Amino acid sequence: MEQYEKIYLYRRVVKAKLYIDNHFADNLDLNNISEQAHFSKFHFIRIFKSVYRLTPKNYLIKVRIENAKKLLAEGHTVLQSGCMVGLESPTSFAGMFKKITGLTPSSYQKLENERRTKMLQNPLLFVPNCFAENQGWTK
Amino acid sequence: MITKITHTCIYVLNQKSAYDFYVNKLGFHVHTDAPMGEGVRWLTVTPPEQPELEITLFLVAEGQMFDKETVQTMTSLIRKGTFGAAVFTCKNLAATYEELTAKGVVFKKPPTKEFYGYEALFVDDSGNWFSLTEVNE
Repeated sequence: MEQYEKIYLYRRVVKAKLYIDNHFADNLDLNNISEQAHFSKFHFIRIFKSVYRLTPKNYLIKVRIENAKKLLAEGHTVLQSGCMVGLESPTSFAGMFKKITGLTPSSYQKLENERRTKMLQNPLLFVPNCFAENQGWTK
Repeated sequence: MITKITHTCIYVLNQKSAYDFYVNKLGFHVHTDAPMGEGVRWLTVTPPEQPELEITLFLVAEGQMFDKETVQTMTSLIRKGTFGAAVFTCKNLAATYEELTAKGVVFKKPPTKEFYGYEALFVDDSGNWFSLTEVNE
């Protein structure tokens, strides 16, 4: 590890990243995230972006939307999903969701429901036939 | 002409703990999770930035594909770390190593300078090992 310069900086950035991963539903702002890493706000944003290619703010949005996708797929309503990832305004949740995924939350949920239903009703549609035959999984 | 890999297999000893390892620790995305009966799932995951490559987490279990003796042999070989299953890449090995270590991933080789970049080796929950590499730019 000694070949890496300033490894302690990465350790602190990772700690902040994991903090976002674990607290995305809370009312986070850059100040309390950078405090976790013991950086100034400016320094933190610069280093975070160099590691994760996103600003902390945009990374937080990404984590929230990824988790909202899981919640929608599990059957939570659009309103519930937004609230559960820390985006309580339905309008801003729907806007961010569409900006990142290209779909509205309800369209995403409908597509995901259809896919899951198909997967449960006819799983062999998702398995390459060579594997299915070897396993004795037949239609 | 062969163009791409669409599916590949990693043989695992427990699909539930493999799901936890690949999804919750490594951050892979679930592509397909379909019940195939008798406690077996067709479970595929994709690396976060490679959604077109499905990695099948294939359960080593007695059935039409594997007989009892094969299962015992494969289980023993996987557990003792015989198989190197893949080379993964990342943008920043130091940060990735720190994160995975914090999540409990076991490394058998810490990040080390090689002629092609920095490389570390980690082990999955079954015993398969992987290279994790930050390639020189």
